[in-house]
Amino acid sequence: MKRILLIPLLLILVTGVSATETEVFKSGVFDPPRLAPDFTLQGSNNHEFKLTQARGKIVALGFGFTHCTNVCPVTLAKLAQARKKLGALANDVQVIYVTVDPAKDTPQRLREYLAVFDPTFIGVTGTDSQLAAVQKEYGITAAKALSKTGQPEVHHSSYIYLIDRAGLLRALVPFGKSPDDIAHDMKILLQKNIATSQAES
Amino acid sequence: MLLIRRHWPLFLALSLVFDVVILAALIPPQFDTHDELFEIPAGTWARRMAGEKIEILPSTIYLALGVREVLMLRNLDTVPQMFGPTLIMPNQSFKLPFDLASDYQFACTAHINGQMTVVVDPEPTLGWPRLQWRAKNLARLLTAKLQQ
Repeated sequence: MKRILLIPLLLILVTGVSATETEVFKSGVFDPPRLAPDFTLQGSNNHEFKLTQARGKIVALGFGFTHCTNVCPVTLAKLAQARKKLGALANDVQVIYVTVDPAKDTPQRLREYLAVFDPTFIGVTGTDSQLAAVQKEYGITAAKALSKTGQPEVHHSSYIYLIDRAGLLRALVPFGKSPDDIAHDMKILLQKNIATSQAES
Repeated sequence: MLLIRRHWPLFLALSLVFDVVILAALIPPQFDTHDELFEIPAGTWARRMAGEKIEILPSTIYLALGVREVLMLRNLDTVPQMFGPTLIMPNQSFKLPFDLASDYQFACTAHINGQMTVVVDPEPTLGWPRLQWRAKNLARLLTAKLQQ
């Protein structure tokens, strides 16, 4: 009899604990979340890309350039792994990579480069002034410099923003987070529909 | 025994020090929350623009894994503030958890020099690591007091 009484109690405890655990982000979190600044840029699919087109999906928004040798390949590989870990849910996750080197990153170059990691990734580019405006809105720093070998490169912020289905800027994934952690945070956002997200904001 | 009787004040002091050290190594650190909260007060930007040199946040923030590993910044000012690569809007909070002990450098407009360091210590587990962490914190506190 005592055992029967214990079962519901254990169930409450287990579900209670798991619900709390899944709600805790591994990344940096904004409270309250603000609407992700919209932009319209040239997409790697040769079409104009507007951020609001991705509304209804979770967006992982990153900034970088295709000739980057250290930060960008690591970040993109981790995002690709995180998407794989999500299984079918990955269809609701869109990775968008904004170039900080428009002179070299043409739509075609972006498409070919990103396809190496995941063919669903979308790259976007634009004029210097268009990209500078986007960087300012998101607090991104990008400065041209020379590498140790004398090659031109761009020093840029290495974080990834996570935007929820309602277009709210929810989390900031610092460089170095594991694919497991990224997938964990994406799952939290995937569980929320647009109405829930808007209510929370 | 005679030695103890003769120098009992010294032995008493040594025994007290020993007790404090043992307790510091054993007693778990207790905090209500894992968040280390810092607020950027309203008017910071206006005061800076008026030429006032004010430091709102410490130049170095100390955290410890498993105890206080979440940095929470709240912007109560009327303008957005830059923390690392991100903007914290007025009346918005930004909560950043750390899971790796290291020193982190961030750009931060709330500082006069535009820089902020976050030192994340390893988890102060039972015994020597806890004692070491407490000693380090005491040293940091004393250094901060001396610099004031």
